[in-house]
Formats: sequence, C-alpha cells, structure tokens
Amino acid sequence: MSSAIIRTDQLTRAFGGIKAVDGLDLEVPAGVVFGFLGPNGAGKTTTIRLLLGLLEPSGGRARVLGHDTRTEAGAIRERAGALLEHHGLYERLSAEDNLAFYARIWGLGAAERRNRVRELLESLGLWERRREAVGKWSRGMRQRLAVARALLHRPALLFLDEPTAGLDPVAASHLREQLAALVAREGVTVFLTTHNLAEADRLCHRVGVIKQGRLVAVGHPDELKARSATRLEIRGRAFTDALVAALSRQPGVERAALMNGRMVIDMAEAADSSPLVAMIVGSGVAVDEVRRDKSSLEDVFLTLMEEDR
Amino acid sequence: MIRDVLTVAWKEWRELMSLSGGARGGRLSLVILLAVFGVLLPLQSGADWVRSATTVFYWAWVPLMLVGNAIADAIAGERERHTLETLLASRLPDPAILLGKVLAAVSYGWGLVMGMLLLSLVTVNMSARSDGLLLFPARIAVGAPLLALLGAGLAAAAGVLVSLRAATVRHAAQALSVGILLLIFVPVFLAESMPDAWKARAASWLMTAGADRIAWSAAAGLAGLDLALMGLALARFRRVRLIVD
Ligand SMILES: Nc1ncnc2c1ncn2[C@@H]1O[C@H](COP(=O)(O)OP(=O)(O)OP(=O)(O)O)[C@@H](O)[C@H]1O
Ligand SMILES: [Mg+2]
Repeated sequence: MSSAIIRTDQLTRAFGGIKAVDGLDLEVPAGVVFGFLGPNGAGKTTTIRLLLGLLEPSGGRARVLGHDTRTEAGAIRERAGALLEHHGLYERLSAEDNLAFYARIWGLGAAERRNRVRELLESLGLWERRREAVGKWSRGMRQRLAVARALLHRPALLFLDEPTAGLDPVAASHLREQLAALVAREGVTVFLTTHNLAEADRLCHRVGVIKQGRLVAVGHPDELKARSATRLEIRGRAFTDALVAALSRQPGVERAALMNGRMVIDMAEAADSSPLVAMIVGSGVAVDEVRRDKSSLEDVFLTLMEEDR
Repeated sequence: MIRDVLTVAWKEWRELMSLSGGARGGRLSLVILLAVFGVLLPLQSGADWVRSATTVFYWAWVPLMLVGNAIADAIAGERERHTLETLLASRLPDPAILLGKVLAAVSYGWGLVMGMLLLSLVTVNMSARSDGLLLFPARIAVGAPLLALLGAGLAAAAGVLVSLRAATVRHAAQALSVGILLLIFVPVFLAESMPDAWKARAASWLMTAGADRIAWSAAAGLAGLDLALMGLALARFRRVRLIVD
C-alpha cells in the first residue's frame, strides 16, 4: 500500500454538455501541501466537491483517506476539514458561537473545546474579538476564522478552496504566512486550490495544473519551472539576421529573435547554453552581458494555458 | 445521532434568537400574532373563549406560516447565505441535519402557540371578571397543543420539500404558499367532486359526529399527512442533491 491520501482514477463529472472534471488521475501523498492550480472554470471547486462526496462523479472513482467517495463519503468527512469557495460562517452569530457549533459537531468536550478555540483564535489574532457578530468583520478576518473552523477537530486532510481569493495583497500574504505556520504545526495534509501562483510557490510542495477539467502537469514547483523553457538574453552589438537564423536551427533552441536590440533565445528544458554563447561570440558579436532567466511558476502556468489553445 | 440532531437544533435556535435573525420584519409579525390571538380575539369572545371548541381549530393553522418560514430560512436561507455547503462538508449525517432543523422550527412555532394560549387565558381572566378562574376544559387543553404540534409538523415537512431546490428564501416562501393553498384546496376540490351519495353521507356524519369526533378525525388525518410528508422529506434530503448553483 502506498501512502496516497487522495487517489483518483479517471474521475469525471459532467454538467449537461460540459465536463467540469474530465478523466482526472491524481495522487496526493500524505503530509504534503498539494496545490491545485487552474484558471477560472477549470474544475477546481468541482474536484473538491467530488472528493468530499458532495457531488457524485459521472465516471471514474476516487479514494480519499482510504475510503471511496461514492460509498463511504461519511467516513471521509469525519476526518477532513474544509474551507470552501464561500467561508460558510454564520454571520448572525458571534465568532465564538460559530466555532462552538462546529466543535459540537465534531464532538469536542467542553474543556477541549475551550482550549482549542482559544489556541486557534490566538494564533490567528482573533481572540480579542471572539464575541463580535461575524457579519461585521472584514473579509480577511472572516477568512481567518474559517481557517480556525476547518482545523478545529484536527483533521487529517484539509481542503482549502482559494483561501486568499478577494483579500488585498497584505491580508493575503498575512493569511498565507499563518496558514504555512499552522499547517506545519498541525502536520495536516492540505489540498489547496488557487490561481495565485505566488501562493502555490509559497505554500505548496507539489502542484497539479488543471485546465478545462484535465490535468496538464504535476510535480514539485521547481520541477515544473525546470521543465519549461529557459530564457537566454544577450546584450551586445552587431547581431545579424544570419546569426538569428543559425541559432534558431541549433538543437534545444525553440526560438531565437532580436528584441529591442537584444538577442532573446528560448531554450527547451535542460538545454546547454554554453555552445550557443560560443557561437555568438565566434560570429563577431561584441557581447556585453549574458543573462539566464529561471522561469517563474507564472511563466510555466501561462505556457501551459496557451498550449494547444 | 440524537446528539447531532440537538447540535443542529442548538445552532438554529441561536440564529432564530439572534438580534437581526428571527427579527427582520419577523419580530413585528410575531407581535401582531401575539396581539391578535393572545389579546384581541379572546377579548372579543370573553368567557366563550375557553368554552367553545372552535378555537381549537385556530391552533392548527397558526403555526403553519411561522414554522414554514423558519424552515425555509434554515434550508433555502442557508443556501442563499452560502453556509449550507460547509455544513454539508461536515461529518453530520443527512437525517441529523434535517431533523435538527425540523426540531428547531417546530419547537419555535409550537412554543409560540403555547405562549399565545397562555396569554389568551390571562386576557380572558382579566377581562371577563367572572367568579373563579376561567380555564380550558381538559379536551381543549389537550387538543389545542396536539393540533398545534401536528400543524407545525405539516408546515415543517412541506417547508423542507419546497426548500430542497430553492435557491433563495423568497423562492421557498413562494412555493410554500402555493403548497399551503394546494393543501387547503385539493381536499375542498375532492370533496366537491365526490358523488352525491358520498356527499350526503359525509354531511350526515358531520352533523351527528359532533366537534370532538371531527377534531379527532382531523388530528388523525393530519398525523398521517405529517408522517407521509416527513418520510418523503427524509428520503429526498440527500447531500448530493442539495448543492445547486
Ligand atoms: N452545479 C453546476 N451546474 C452546472 N455547471 C457547473 C456546476 N458546477 C460547476 N459547473 C461548471 O463546471 C466548470 C468548472 O467549474 P468549477 O467551479 O469547478 O471551476 P473552478 O476551477 O473552481 O473555477 P473558479 O476559479 O472560478 O472557482 C465550469 O464551467 C462551471 O460552469
Ligand atoms: Mg472554484
């Protein structure tokens, strides 16, 4: 037996004509923060709903925490926590009552409930304001409270559906730091969806990229970055069109072009740049500077999204 | 399971009681209901209020709207305010969620009816100035709470059924008023279209049966309807059908 906490096999869900999730094969090992990346409408929320057994798949299957989502979803929800698309807090109730309700749901005893609520609210900076009705709070505060609610019962698996969506950059980065600290402290496996690449880079050990319901890439963020094109930028004088054409034909070169008087070369993964530089120097160009850019996760993402449009 | 039901009911009560919650126009209608059934009508009928059996029939339909609205708020309202899905993602079994909400709404409606009954007793005793205490005879004292409970159960079950796919409280409330109208008119229509011989027999039964028999038959009919609708609601209240975008 492997230690995969989530394993899907050709998981599919259609709504009428469109396949929101289309033949998804995914494996999330225990103990990682898994980032599920995709643009709007890619099928991220639908995937979470399927994994929690809130929607039935129209094809394929999934096992979460060792249980089948179709037949044993109750056992999955027993050990999972969730912060979904909407924070799901009762705005008429106080922060304390919101947590008390979920603590009762998970069967925490009175003393444990008090300690746990205090511990979480303090680490999220909300303890002083626990008696206030949540309806009057800022979005960032609500989102933090919802994180506390999702972690209350020490779940083995935590689902976070775009946890920082709609927060300003400061609040978002604040929440990310708190999430990173909490997740490390609690040792919980996390399935997090986002279209924010900085978030995936900051929080995730592994990312999967989904597009129109299909998984298009999966791996460590660095692996994904390494897989995409590396860009070489050369500043110098006396570039010629013949040189551009010659470089374009070199193995490992995907594209060579002059941009603003600079030579820009996109190379395939793992291509070696030194022969190219030697060739440029050999052609008589006076080279001022050579820069090699590591692509960001954002570049990888955009490339994946543009492929076979 | 019982603990889960009580947990859900606790939360519903908390929301009903919260300042902005049960109120929002609801508070005014509560005051009006209490004034009409606890003060105005008893004042009008005087000592007859406790003697006449016909008041019993008020108590069956007074909770209908109260409970129907409370349950629509608890299901369609949770969907509208985007809290339902998070609740469904918790470990609570489907029937516990449903029964907790029903328990809260029914106890709320029924509790209010009991409040009206007591208030009306106070009103009658203060205004009628008869000698001795005016109390309901035993069969009204038993029948009124029972009918109120059955009415509340009916409204709750109907409220669940209309809230299953309703995106907003407003949609649910509209469907509910149509449902209640149907509940009233379908029997009337059926009665009208009965063959003449049946009509005659029913009429003669009504003449001879007396208020007690009629009340008990109505209670039995209501109880049957309650059970049937609640069973249907339990069967149809399934997470995988409740998420509607
Ligand atoms: N209940 C539903 N009924 C009909 N179509 C749906 C439903 N839920 C999702 N869809 C469709 O499925 C597709 C995937 O939606 P989903 O919400 O999973 O995307 P997402 O990746 O979460 O997007 P976002 O970033 O906007 O949250 C979309 O085309 C959406 O319109
Ligand atoms: Mg989504």
